[in-house]
Amino acid sequence: MQDFIQNFVQPHFNYWAYVIVMMIGFWALIAKRNLIKKLIGMSIFQSAIILFYVSLGVKDGATIPIIDHHQPAPIHEVSQEGHDAHYNSHGEEEAHHHKPVAAEFVNPLPHVLMLTAIVVGVATLGVALAVSQSIYKDFGTLEEHEILEQIKTGDFHD
Amino acid sequence: MKWLALLAVCATGSLLIYGVSDFPDWGSANSPANGGVEGAGASISEVFIEETETLTKVPNIVTAVLADYRGYDTMFETVVIFAAGMAIFAIIRVMRDTEQTQDKTQLDSSVDGDHQRIIVGTTCRILIPVIQLFALYVVAHGHHSPGGGFQGGVILGASFILIGLAGNLETAMQRFSEKQFVSMACIGIFIYAGFGLLGQFLGGDFLEYGVLQKVLLTDGEPMARSHSMLGVEIGVALTVTAIMFAIYANLASKGELKNGL
Repeated sequence: MQDFIQNFVQPHFNYWAYVIVMMIGFWALIAKRNLIKKLIGMSIFQSAIILFYVSLGVKDGATIPIIDHHQPAPIHEVSQEGHDAHYNSHGEEEAHHHKPVAAEFVNPLPHVLMLTAIVVGVATLGVALAVSQSIYKDFGTLEEHEILEQIKTGDFHD
Repeated sequence: MKWLALLAVCATGSLLIYGVSDFPDWGSANSPANGGVEGAGASISEVFIEETETLTKVPNIVTAVLADYRGYDTMFETVVIFAAGMAIFAIIRVMRDTEQTQDKTQLDSSVDGDHQRIIVGTTCRILIPVIQLFALYVVAHGHHSPGGGFQGGVILGASFILIGLAGNLETAMQRFSEKQFVSMACIGIFIYAGFGLLGQFLGGDFLEYGVLQKVLLTDGEPMARSHSMLGVEIGVALTVTAIMFAIYANLASKGELKNGL
């Protein structure tokens, strides 16, 4: 058991967590009968996907993908190399031409994708809530089986 | 039925867990998402990180990828938000005038007036300008620090929703009427698509910001890209703000847009 946790669960802890969270959402989506509970399940499902993508983007020893371009000139390095005068006049210029090292920054792509996924999640949730509100107006209930019953018997207004 | 659902959940879950065992270790620098496959050349992440600042002068690579490299994607993302807002209008907005049966006391309660809401009202009156200022900062500074159009738009929209929650919907609608937020959503999309079309008129491709240098009068194409990204983000922020508030206003008032929660 100890072995299993150390070799399989620990290095992939976030992935295990995303599977569990996603399955909670999936369960709510397919097993719950209340439409609002289904929507909550959908939101949990979406959160799991976000967790998955963000976990993919983690990189040890790297920082957020925003390049610090206002860094002060590294004075101690300059004095070691011994061309002080040159650096002072063009210090800022040289700092700008420093090419960022890919190993120091995380991949921006998962973050971009999740940024848009969150917003689309809000949009879908909004539309879903609007639909359930209009269902409630027509049927007077949000329970799935009661709605199906009413549709079968034709016993609803509007 | 529940047993079937449980079976489906367990089966899917164990398949996913089985797949997880093949994943690279958490935080590994050599995973496909971080370092790319060996011998396949520079990964997309490497290109983004190393080239973005020289090509666009935007330090926030996330914004640069969002608004420039994947500009087409983001434009239609904004259209999705816009379409969602319009769908909500189509689904629950009641266009006919309902009879005026609300009691007067509820109508008169506003952020300033209502005795029972004096603490909430005062707090919000102090907080809301700060929230809105912060939202504008997040939009305007989005290509230098964490932020951007989507985030700033959501914060700005939330400030209007807060007015609606602290007082009532009437109060919020006085400051941000239906006509205003619907046209604001449209203007946002037009700004984004306008930047794309302007590039096309100037002889480039759709959403090619580099050619906008002739119009924006910047020194060099990278600065033109940077400024275009800011413009595009403002468009996104307008649409997101308007649609966030539209979703809230419609849902809170059952589509009547008056006297909601």
